Amino acid sequence: MPWDWQVFCKDNLEQTVVAGCLGSGGAVTYLDMLLGAWKWTLAVSVAALLVALLVGTLIGILRTLPGRSWRIVGEAWTELFRNVPLLVQIFLWYFVVPVLVPPMAALPPFWLVVMGLGFFTSARVAEQVKAGIESLPRGQRHAGLALGLSLSQTYRHVLLPMAFRIVIPPLTSESMNIVKNSSVAFAVSISELTQFAMQAQEETSRGIEVYLAVTGAYFASAFVVARCASLVERWLRVPGALGAKR
Amino acid sequence: MSSKNLMNKTLLALSLLAVAAGAQAEDTLKKIKASGAVTMGVRESSGALSITTGDNKYEGFHVDLCRHVLADIKKQLALPKLDISYQAVTSQNRVPLMQGGSIDIECGSTTNNTQRAKDVAFAVTTYVTEVRMAVKAASGISSIAQLNGRSVVTTTGTTSVQTLRRQERASNLDFKEVVGKDHADSFLLLESGRADAFVMDDYILAGNIARAKKPADFRIVGEVLAVEPIAIMFRKDDPAFKKAVDDSLKALMKSGEIEKMLSKYGVTPSAVTKAAWAAPNDNPAESYKK
Repeated sequence: MPWDWQVFCKDNLEQTVVAGCLGSGGAVTYLDMLLGAWKWTLAVSVAALLVALLVGTLIGILRTLPGRSWRIVGEAWTELFRNVPLLVQIFLWYFVVPVLVPPMAALPPFWLVVMGLGFFTSARVAEQVKAGIESLPRGQRHAGLALGLSLSQTYRHVLLPMAFRIVIPPLTSESMNIVKNSSVAFAVSISELTQFAMQAQEETSRGIEVYLAVTGAYFASAFVVARCASLVERWLRVPGALGAKR
Repeated sequence: MSSKNLMNKTLLALSLLAVAAGAQAEDTLKKIKASGAVTMGVRESSGALSITTGDNKYEGFHVDLCRHVLADIKKQLALPKLDISYQAVTSQNRVPLMQGGSIDIECGSTTNNTQRAKDVAFAVTTYVTEVRMAVKAASGISSIAQLNGRSVVTTTGTTSVQTLRRQERASNLDFKEVVGKDHADSFLLLESGRADAFVMDDYILAGNIARAKKPADFRIVGEVLAVEPIAIMFRKDDPAFKKAVDDSLKALMKSGEIEKMLSKYGVTPSAVTKAAWAAPNDNPAESYKK
């Protein structure tokens, strides 16, 4: 089958090739649509990642606190969001929650997806943050407290700085997963890459080109996330710890 | 992604391979006679035309028509028994599956257009769909112009998305366009108030309204945004099979039986559909454009 990459330069109404590939004056090409869809994918991913890291860190810390009740809250959160399929969670946020809590109906689908995806991933982030903290020798916590630091000071100055460095690699995978999982936003009518692929391949009958381009966009996004994370990891490296050179 | 979807994708890939391997245009009647079996391509959510009732059972106007046609073919071939198996298809895989021979006759909601006629063939048009909009009866919306600034839903992977886009560009209206992932989802958006109107083929709107909790709450209104002929699809270059299907359908059109078969699903034929039955033809969608 011959390739037809010109399909991206076509106007999405007249199906004629537009010079320069980007539409102007009301005309919209498939390339315009692809770029617009990519923006949505990135917006959902970045916003959900922020929610996931913030909430996930909090819950992860809760799960390592001495108090039993805090641990129960943390574990309940983690198990709730970890054991329900992502797509089901998105539908719950979109269709069920607004019925139970009417003001939620006014919230745009974008924020519902960000919450859904963010909370889902926060359960996984919490698990990793908890593992990071627990991987530190118990003596570190005791030493911090023995020095007269309060519990929160012990966390801030002793435990978390090392725990975070330990969990950067698994957190990187979570961040990449968010980019890929953002395709569920399609289920609540956000025009992201997966939605674009379904629609454009139907209109143009060039499914292979369309899916390849979308694959490339997902790959590039996730790859950039991975590179950024490895830069962060290098910046934050403590000489002598975690295999870094002295 | 559901496993069914995955299965469909696999089937699509396999049938693409079959096409690539150079599957010959085959004689469907001969195939049916030799095997005593036929595979019908059906849709899972095409409103009154073709829909699943669960458990691999299907019903709808086009499914009934195909069963009738196949019964006639069984008689014509003097077969003691004809096994009909059903294969759910999607708008993405129906043409490759047909070309690859996985299905022999597709009874869904395929628009007959010149683009598709390069790959497959169509029976005489059995239903002419008009793209209109469904709204909540209480909304008071009766024309597309009233939708300016409101949210309008349509379904991903349908020509209605383009129809809506064309309307928007031609009329200088500004819709908040929402796309449902399938018809049921789009209708849910209308029902839950996230969209003010659902723009789609009339039989899909009618089918969804009929299955709604309170059908009286919804109304199909507004001008006709597009007209498209829908037909039963089969393989290209198979004149004997086309004649057998067409003859069976034409007899139903002549006797008036076809109208009863359609009204069974709560759809009254429009003037354009009646015109297509009065003078059976397989004209493509392009000939319906003014």
